[in-house]
Amino acid sequence: MALTKNTQRLIKRSLFVVALLPLVRLIWLGINENMGANPVEFIEHSTGTWALVALLLSLAVTPMHKLFGLAWVLPLRRMLGLYMFFYACLHFLAYLWLDHWFDWNEIGHDIIKHPYVLVGFAAFTLSIPLAITSNDYMVRKLKKRWKVIHRLVYPIAIFAVLHYVWLVKKDIFQPLMYASVLLMLMIYRVWFLSGIKSYFNKSI
Amino acid sequence: MPHVCGLLKKGTDMLICKPSDIKPSDITPQNIFHRRREIIKAAGLGAIMLANGGFSPAAFAAEIVHKPKIPGFRKTSHGGGEKLTSYEDITTYNNFYEFGTSKENPAANSALFKPSPWSITVEGEVGKPGKIALEELLKLAPLEERIYRMRCVEGWSMVIPWVGLPLSALIKWAKPTGNAKFIEFISAADPNTMPGVRAPLLDWPYLEGLRMDEAMNPLTILAVGLYGEQLQNQNGAPVRLVVPWKYGFKGGKSLVRIRFVEKMPQTTWMRAGPTEYGFYANVNPEVEHPRWSQATERRIGSGLFSRRLPTQMFNGYSEQVGQLYSGMDLRKHF
Repeated sequence: MALTKNTQRLIKRSLFVVALLPLVRLIWLGINENMGANPVEFIEHSTGTWALVALLLSLAVTPMHKLFGLAWVLPLRRMLGLYMFFYACLHFLAYLWLDHWFDWNEIGHDIIKHPYVLVGFAAFTLSIPLAITSNDYMVRKLKKRWKVIHRLVYPIAIFAVLHYVWLVKKDIFQPLMYASVLLMLMIYRVWFLSGIKSYFNKSI
Repeated sequence: MPHVCGLLKKGTDMLICKPSDIKPSDITPQNIFHRRREIIKAAGLGAIMLANGGFSPAAFAAEIVHKPKIPGFRKTSHGGGEKLTSYEDITTYNNFYEFGTSKENPAANSALFKPSPWSITVEGEVGKPGKIALEELLKLAPLEERIYRMRCVEGWSMVIPWVGLPLSALIKWAKPTGNAKFIEFISAADPNTMPGVRAPLLDWPYLEGLRMDEAMNPLTILAVGLYGEQLQNQNGAPVRLVVPWKYGFKGGKSLVRIRFVEKMPQTTWMRAGPTEYGFYANVNPEVEHPRWSQATERRIGSGLFSRRLPTQMFNGYSEQVGQLYSGMDLRKHF
């Protein structure tokens, strides 16, 4: 489905606004002191959740295009990726500042000792080069290498989901929902890359 | 469950319910009936809250209805100087998996739970097995207010003004035999009123345990109230264990059974995560949990811009309980 330039632009702008709503809500709840008994934890959970949502949405762009022919989603991928980075930054900042008051000893210890913190930190660190190389100039300059660099999104996604699964004490229903979405998105890619698809097409 | 008569639609030929067809269990208790809108709202809120802070629109709107005051308890010097955590925070931020696993679930999902009438079954290695009604229990010793720090294994803490009586009073009443070395505390697990129990997340019913000397320690209480009022369902109504020098999960809620045994009990959390939760679970800043550092804690209600506090050995109760563990390797017996 081909959309006009204007519609395309409208969709992009709408996404820009919609993706800011979780932040607006957080600020609103903060001003009204309505973030519950543990506001620091609330901010960490909320920003983390939305980073993960944006990440999974950005990974859903290709399948949506290839499977359902929705070409108009393609230009949204970069913005989704950057929103993932934006919420991940807020998440990390809340952790560094509100949770640990930049106590680097404590933070270093926390990262090394606790697997869920470590994978979360790894996911965040790996996403920095992606954010830096997300502009048109870098796409042009890095050419083929750009694609290779941006495959980092797969380990990032796996680490991010693990970060959530390992955080939860017992009821891992929620993290498993995100994990299964990621699994489907990965299966799609393996399916496409490995030629299984063409094999099946032939035998049918 | 809705009775079959209730399911007959208007206009179907006739209503054939005799009064005897209506089972007592079909009649909604009056207090629940009067709170029906509130309960529906609470249930809806609970469903929204499932989204774990990610999606819920106006997160914490649940208003807590206060409980009847407890008459004539005595104040004590425990917890002098500590700033109390607010009633609202204590009653809306709970770990009580029988009502759901997120912190907001217990307040939202516990409206159907009935804490009265109540009795506790006392059994095992005791001279006097049997049931004790809550009213009888309350006569065993004068009720006292105890302001205790509560440290959760997840790294947050509160200061709670409990009202209760020493557990030792019930132990003396039960007359344990020489074989009684440990006590098991078993919580209610009614799938009809405790929605979390319907999921096999933990081994229900919730079981906790103490060594006899820990149970007899004067700090250990059976709490029946907080802030001078009867306990809310989400806080473990009508009676729960409070062991202030141990992580919060040691305090079994809504106790229905107390069993005196010879062998160390395998508690619910020990079974769920043997490497994470030990039998003793003493608050100890030096013994790390695999997931959380235990060196510091976040005090609930201290606001968005406040630092973590250093966690104290035995949650600050070393003087009263340190001797219980002399000679023990607390890294091994975590």
